[in-house]
Parts: sequence; structure tokens; C-alpha cells
Amino acid sequence: MTEPPAPPPTVRDLFLAFALIGLTSFGGGLSGRMMRDFVQERRWLGEEDFLNGLALSQALPGVNVKNLAIWVGYRLCGWRGAVAGFTGIIVPPAALIIALGTVFARLTRYPLTHVALAGAAAAAIGLSMSMAITSVARLPRRMFPLALMAFTFIAVAVLHWPLVWTVLGAGGLGVAVEYRRTAAPREGA
Amino acid sequence: MTTGTLDRCLQLAAVFAPLSVATIGGGQAIISDVQRQVVEVHHWMSAAQFVNAFAIARMAPGPGSLLATLIGWQVAGFWGAVVATLALFGPTAFLIYGVARLWRQHQGARWQVALEAGLRPVAAGMILASVFVLAEGLDGGWQAKLLALASTACVVYTRIHALLLIAAGAGLLTALHWIQTA
Repeated sequence: MTEPPAPPPTVRDLFLAFALIGLTSFGGGLSGRMMRDFVQERRWLGEEDFLNGLALSQALPGVNVKNLAIWVGYRLCGWRGAVAGFTGIIVPPAALIIALGTVFARLTRYPLTHVALAGAAAAAIGLSMSMAITSVARLPRRMFPLALMAFTFIAVAVLHWPLVWTVLGAGGLGVAVEYRRTAAPREGA
Repeated sequence: MTTGTLDRCLQLAAVFAPLSVATIGGGQAIISDVQRQVVEVHHWMSAAQFVNAFAIARMAPGPGSLLATLIGWQVAGFWGAVVATLALFGPTAFLIYGVARLWRQHQGARWQVALEAGLRPVAAGMILASVFVLAEGLDGGWQAKLLALASTACVVYTRIHALLLIAAGAGLLTALHWIQTA
């Protein structure tokens, strides 16, 4: 936790790191993989910085993983980093999916392929779950944020409400309440 | 590029660019819409071909939304793949880029603090929900669910590399399956 941050990466480091994630993330869980890689292993980025980017990437339109790659890239290396994040997470796996499309199609006919993929997906859930645990653990211990989190979870996982309306409704409410709260005079301020 | 290819590329852009904006909270939301456009409206693929492309996109690494790349490739070759990918991923890329810039320029502004504090609980709830839905729909029975739990413990309590974790997961479930059927 208190280990010093690593020296900042170059644009090339960033591109390669994103490409590696893009090319090896069998079974999904790309955001969790990014957190593991950039925050915990390479220590390029602080946890708070990552979680703020994650929240914005979820709330804004666009494929989340791509949004997050651009956010992380920009925080680390400015616009060049954003380009490295965008191209790194998309172009190499896009080329792979075209080059190996027929191979993948043939592989999907074997039952064992599905078993192996299910194993990879199960393991990848560990990455996503760890990210979910951190996201929840870093929420302030106040009634409102915790209730808003629980409400969003139930709306999406149990009630299957459309994501767009859940994000707009819960997000709008959350931001409005927090905006008011920051205006209230604080003790000792 | 022939005029036929150009036409098809323009049509691909017209299908994927609007959907790009509709992907709040995850790419899964647009799959049924993509299928309708590709199979029923434009007749670029049969229903079976679409299912096949979907299976490939799920199996391959990278963002699941690369399904668009695959469709573009099958509809109009190289340029089709480029156009479909850029149409789905491009427009919203400028949005998050703009937001990332604003964040740096106004570090600590009141609206920024409020946005972060207000959106983080929602994001946490959504991430938790997507993990829940994924775990529920996991192929591979209780063994896979147990594996997901064990994997979570490994990520939280050890420094295991993500790649090793994924490979071990695939290997373990395959071995279990092999033992059970042997």
C-alpha cells in the first residue's frame, strides 16, 4: 500500500502494456486486468485515480474498456498516452480476431474449448471481483453513498432495469446530493 | 476500394456510429440491436453466421465489442473492418478524452469532486452487479463458481500474475472435466 510509485511509463511502454492485456484477456475482465496491471503490479497509477476514471468510464457512453484505456493513457502520458491506450487495447486484438477468425471458429466446435474458456472466464471473475471489492471498500462510510451503491446493484442485478436509465437516474441523484454536500459549511473550514 | 465496398462501408458506419453512443454501462446492451441491423435489416449475414461471429468474439481475447470488427470484415473486407471498428469505438473516444482533459485542467473543482463522489457509488454498484450476473451465468457448473471464488481470493491475498491466473483457471477446469469424463 505504501510502496513508492514507479517511474512514469513511456508512450511505448503504455502501448505494449495495453496490447498485452488486449491480446491475452481470454474470458473477459479487462477492467479488472487493467487495475491489477497498472495499479498493483506496475504501480503507474494510484488507486483513487484509477477508481475515478473507472466511474467516469462507466457513466459516459462508449465501450467501458476503451474509455478506461483512454483515461489511464491520458493521465500517464497526455494525448499520446490516450492514443496509445485507445490503439493498444483495440488494434492488436482486432487484428488477431480477423487473422484467427477461422481458427477460433473451428475451435468453438470442440467441447473442450468451451470448458477451457469457462475456466478462463471463471478465473477472470476473480479480477473483476477484486476490482468490485476495492470499489466498494473505498466508498466513504456514510449512509448515502452506501445506499446508492446498494440501490444500483439491486436495480441492475435483480430488477434488470435498463442500464442507461439506472446510470442517469442514480448518477444524477448522486452528483446532485454530493454537490449540495460540498457547499454546506464544514466544521473548522 | 470499389464503389460497392464504399457503399457497404458507409452503411456499416451508419449502423455502428449511432450504437456507439448507446453503449452506456457496457457493450452487451447493443448486441440485439446489432443483430437486428445485420441480419434482418441489411441481410449481411444469416442468423447462423451471426451466432458464429458472436461465438468467435466471445472466445477471442480483447473487448467483446470487437464483434463489430468481425462483422465489418465479413461484410466489406479490410476497409469494412476498419470502418466498423472506428464507427463503434471512435465517436465516444473523443468524449472521454475531452473529459480527461477537463479533469486535469480543473483539478479539485467543486463540480469535479461532486461528480467523482456521486458517480463512484453508482459505478461500484454496477461493477458488483456485472460480476454477479457473470458469475450466475458462468458455464461449467459449481466447479466454475468455486474456481471464481478461489480466483478472487488469489487476486486479493496474493501477488499472482493475471496471465498465470487465467491460464491456471483454463487448465484446472479442463483437467477436472477430463477426470470426470475419463
